[in-house]
Amino acid sequence: MTSTHRHLLTLIAAASLAACSSVKLDDAPVESRTGAAVVAGNQNAARDAAANSQTRVAPVDATGGSMAGMGNLPRIVYFDYDSYIVKDEFRPVVEANAKVLAADPKRHMAVQGHTDDRGSSEYNLALGQRRAEAVVKSLTLLGAQPAQLEATSFGKERPAVQGENEEAWAKNRRAELMASQ
Amino acid sequence: MVFARAGSDRAAAGIRLNQHKSRESFTAMWTRRKLVAAAAMAPMPLAFAQFKVEISGVGATQLPIAIVRFRDEDKSGQPASAIIRADLERSGAFRGVDNSAALDETSQPQWSEWRARAADALAAGSVSRLADGRFDIRFKLWDVVKGGDLGGQSHAVDASEVRLESHRIADLIYEKLTGEKGVFSTRIAYVTRAGSRHTLRVADADGVNDQIALNSGQPIISPAWSPNGKELAYVSFEKQKAVVFVHNVATGERRAIADFRGSNSAPAWSPDGQSLAVTLSRDGGSQLFMIGKNGESPRRITSSQAIDTEAKFSADGHWIYFTSDRGGGPQIYRMAAGGGSAERVTFSGSYNISPAVSPDGRTLAYVTRSGNAFRLATLDLSSPGAQPVPLTDTSDDEHPSFAPNGRLLVYATRMQGRSVLMTTTLDGKIKARLPSTTADLREPVWGPYGR
Repeated sequence: MTSTHRHLLTLIAAASLAACSSVKLDDAPVESRTGAAVVAGNQNAARDAAANSQTRVAPVDATGGSMAGMGNLPRIVYFDYDSYIVKDEFRPVVEANAKVLAADPKRHMAVQGHTDDRGSSEYNLALGQRRAEAVVKSLTLLGAQPAQLEATSFGKERPAVQGENEEAWAKNRRAELMASQ
Repeated sequence: MVFARAGSDRAAAGIRLNQHKSRESFTAMWTRRKLVAAAAMAPMPLAFAQFKVEISGVGATQLPIAIVRFRDEDKSGQPASAIIRADLERSGAFRGVDNSAALDETSQPQWSEWRARAADALAAGSVSRLADGRFDIRFKLWDVVKGGDLGGQSHAVDASEVRLESHRIADLIYEKLTGEKGVFSTRIAYVTRAGSRHTLRVADADGVNDQIALNSGQPIISPAWSPNGKELAYVSFEKQKAVVFVHNVATGERRAIADFRGSNSAPAWSPDGQSLAVTLSRDGGSQLFMIGKNGESPRRITSSQAIDTEAKFSADGHWIYFTSDRGGGPQIYRMAAGGGSAERVTFSGSYNISPAVSPDGRTLAYVTRSGNAFRLATLDLSSPGAQPVPLTDTSDDEHPSFAPNGRLLVYATRMQGRSVLMTTTLDGKIKARLPSTTADLREPVWGPYGR
C-alpha cells in the first residue's frame, strides 16, 4: 500500500467516525469533535477502520486473462435446446481432438460449455457444465486421459453471437475445446 | 440516532405509530385517506430531475406525506428532500405531496394549510455548513392530522455522506410512521456489462452513488453480501473458468475460496457468516457443498445425478433452498442446512429457478417460466398449497433479492433491449426502475442493515 493510499484511508476513517456523531435537535453543537478520535498517522488503525467501514468501496482491477489458441483443430460442438447429447455430426470434432490428446499425454485441454441467454446465470452455468462434461466423456471414450481434460462452463456469460432469436441461440449452445497448460 | 421529541406521552397524535403496532393497525388508521390517495395516484413526476427514479403503480394504502425542500440543501450538493421523498415513494407505503413551501425544522406549520393539501404527515429541515466543513442536517416530522410534533434530529456528517444521511432520515420517517425498519440507507451490489467490460458495483439502495468494487475483462456473476455487510462473495471468470472469491469491499482485499477443478459458483453465506454454500463440479455434475469462508473444509451436502445449484439460506439458518432438475425440469427444493433429504417447494409450472427467501421465512421469490417469458413470482411458504403470485408482466426477469426488511425486492429485467434493475413491493403494485446509463445492469443483491 502506498503512503498516498494510507493517507487516504486515514481521512476516510476520520470521516467515517465523524459521521457517527449524532445529537438531539435541542442541543445541537456548532461542531462535533468526535472525529478527532482517529489518530492521524496510525495507519494500522486507519486500515482497520477502513476494513470495518460499510460506506467505502475500494476499486480492484482484474483485467487480464487470454484465450489460448488451438491451431487448426475443429473446436466447437453445438447442442440442441435443453440437451447435452453430443450429436453424431460432431463426432469428427471429438475424434480429431481425442487423437491429438492420445498421441501426446503431456497435452491438456479445457472444454468450455456455453448456453443461450434464457434463464438464470447460475442454472445456465450448470447446463453448460453438463455439456462440457459430455464432451469430455466422449473424448475419454476415444482415447484421451481424464487428467488431460478439464470441463468448465461459462453458462450464458460469453455468447458466440448476440441476438434474441433461435438462430442466435443455436450458435450459443455449444462447447469449445481450448488448449490449456 | 434518536428522535429527540418522540415522546410516549403523545398518544393523541394521529399518526404516531410505535414499533409494536402491527401493519394492520397502521392500515386501519389510514383508511380515511385511502380513497383520496388512490384516486390521486398516477405515475408521479418527482420534484427533482437530477436523479431520475421512475416509479409506477398504484398502492392500496399510501400515506400522503409532504417533504418540504430543506433550507439551504443546495449548499451540500445533494437534494436531500428529493432523495427522502423518492425513498419513501419507492417503498410503496407513501405518496409524496407536491409543495413549494418555505419551512424548516424550527417552523410552526399551519395545519389548515397542510390539511387542505391532503398531506397527513409533513417533514421539513435544514442543511448548514459547519466550521470544519461538515454539514449539520436537521429535520422534524409532524402529524398533520392531529397537529402534532413527531420528533426530529440533528446530525453532522462529512460532505460525502449527505446522501447517506438523507437516506437515514428517510429510514427514520419510514420507521416512525410504519413501525418497521427502513432500508433506504442500505446498499445494493450488482454487475454492469458494457462491451467486454464487467464491473462489480456497490450503490445506495436507490441505485445512485455507485462505486466500483471490481473491474474485469471477464464475466462476474452471483454477488452475495456477507451477513455483516463488509464482504461480497461472487463468481469471477478472470481465470478463464468460474472461481468463487470473497472480497472485502472497503479495502479491496480478496481471496479465492473455491477454485477446484471444473466450475465453482453460486456462493450463499450461512447466516452466521462463517461458511458458504457453493456449487462445485469437482466430483462431476453440479452439486452443493459447504465451505469455510476462507475456503477450508469443503463438504458435499447433495448427492444427486442432477444439477443442484443456486443455494440460499433461510434467515434462521435452518433451511437451504436451491434449484434442482432432479425431477426433470428445474424446480425449487429445500433441505435442512445440515444435509439430508430434499423436499420440493415449487409445483406450479415446469421451470422455476433462482430462489430468494424473505427475512421472516414466509415468502419465496423466484423466477418462473411461462411460455417464453421468465417472470418474477412469489409463493407463500406459510400456507401449504398456496398458489404462486406473479409480480411482473415483463419477460426476462432474473435474480430476485429481498430488502432486509422483507418489504421490497430488487431484480433485473430487460427493457428496450437493455438489462435494467427494478425494485418492487411484494404485491407487485409499486415498481421503480433504478437509474442506469448505457450499460447492462445485472445480478442485483440487496445488502444487510448496518450503515
